[in-house]
Amino acid sequence: MTVEGWLLPDTEDPDAAEFWAACRERRLVVQGCADCGARRMPPRPMCPRCRSLAVRWDEVSGRGRIWSFCVPHPPLLPAYAAVAPYNAVIVELEDDPAIRLVGNLVTGPDGALNGVDPASIRIGEPVEVVFCRLTDDVTLPRWRRPAGGAGG
Amino acid sequence: MGRDPFQDRTAIVGIGQTPFGKGLADSELALACRAIAAALDDAGVRPNEVDGLVCFSMEDGREVEVARNLGLGDITFFTQVGYGGGAGCATVGHAALAVATGRCDVAVAWRARKRAARTSRPWSQVSERIRGHWQWSRPFGVLRPVDEIALLTRRYMHTYGATRDHLANVALAFRKHANRNPAATMHDRPLTREEYLAARWISEPLCLFDNCLETDGALAVVVTTAERAADLRHRPAYVHAYAQGLPRQHQVMTNYFCDDPLLGPSWVAGPKLWSRSEFRPADVPVAQLYDAFSPLIPLSLEGYGFCGRGEGAAFTEDGALEWPDGRLPTNTSGGGMSEAYVHGFNLVTEAVRQIRGTSTCQVPDAACCLVTSGEGVPTSALLLRR
Repeated sequence: MTVEGWLLPDTEDPDAAEFWAACRERRLVVQGCADCGARRMPPRPMCPRCRSLAVRWDEVSGRGRIWSFCVPHPPLLPAYAAVAPYNAVIVELEDDPAIRLVGNLVTGPDGALNGVDPASIRIGEPVEVVFCRLTDDVTLPRWRRPAGGAGG
Repeated sequence: MGRDPFQDRTAIVGIGQTPFGKGLADSELALACRAIAAALDDAGVRPNEVDGLVCFSMEDGREVEVARNLGLGDITFFTQVGYGGGAGCATVGHAALAVATGRCDVAVAWRARKRAARTSRPWSQVSERIRGHWQWSRPFGVLRPVDEIALLTRRYMHTYGATRDHLANVALAFRKHANRNPAATMHDRPLTREEYLAARWISEPLCLFDNCLETDGALAVVVTTAERAADLRHRPAYVHAYAQGLPRQHQVMTNYFCDDPLLGPSWVAGPKLWSRSEFRPADVPVAQLYDAFSPLIPLSLEGYGFCGRGEGAAFTEDGALEWPDGRLPTNTSGGGMSEAYVHGFNLVTEAVRQIRGTSTCQVPDAACCLVTSGEGVPTSALLLRR
């Protein structure tokens, strides 16, 4: 998969490096407070519940449900226009529905952004995480319908 | 609670604007200067009387340049407001607060913008790697404001049964108003429901006509004390109430991570605005609601209390937003979707025209007019009165 022209995360961002490191190991983690346990995403230095700066990372199951989605069409940056229309989804995690992640619904780890018929996507349908390796440092979490699941 | 001491202490006494277009030759600074000069002429106030300046933090031509070009006096109050489209009403509000508290006597607030300019379209600026909160959306192809709002819109439609017909109600009402306004970009371009429904997608569920225009242009207002306003040439548009709103756990544009993403900034700014006002939503005869995208209108109608939660889409039915017979004629100059998109500043000047009685879709004897800034970003709102 070519990544030229794609917008990739800075995987050395001090608040997020552990998230991206876990993705490289094909683990989905969310940030939590090491003192009070409250989870928060996107990650940030301080716990908004107890003001602790102590951070931990909790591994989650990687199962979730589609909370919403959109289907971008051009005008877009060239790398994205080339695969438009594609989908972008928001997934709420099964372990903790208060945690939502933006991603894409694909057919598998190397599935194209436009590989799922947008007309088939439903809010509430179950999904599971897959890890798409783009570069040595960037592995993005994306989502697919569970095998034999109720999706589609 | 007693009367808010800020109520009606200041007024907008001058408005000015440039033509709206694409590819205007002027720089953003030159556009700003033209609009401010026009606003001062409209007010009958000399440039050397201006001692306060408030602008958007995104503004290209800042206070120093504006003051040197226009020959303003010694500036004793100046500040900037962030978050793009959320800033418009706040610039006026900050100017009014400064005048009301004696920090300055005559303040100018403005916005100049060239959408063709690279700096005006942050999403098109490709940086090598995405840092900060954008790394939780951009790498997944959520590139533009329209994609960010499309995600919220789909959830809103799913939750409350809103439809594309409701969004069309918004687009068509504002286009009808623009068709009466010679200054509007879309003055000569009628829009039908069939054309709306056949338009190309930009980010499903949003089509071309759910988006604001892309405009070069500038607007400015002059704010001074109620006492001074009484001696100037136009009927003052008194700043009756003003509020800002940055909800807890809010994230700019990609506000998906808080407990309840469909309760946007208007749910904070709205109740605070009414708590400082002698008017209630039911008293408001005309409104200018920030419309970078059509779904922001039902969201704002809810947050500012014109209907209950989830009822904003249904509110738009039966021509409710349309002048002259709707229950709440809204964006009576055409708004960002059909007059010009200058970060919502044309909504402020149109509210002043409604108070003066000079709108091309004039609501008779409008006692007050609500103006709101961007929903989806830290926002602000104004209630102007006669």
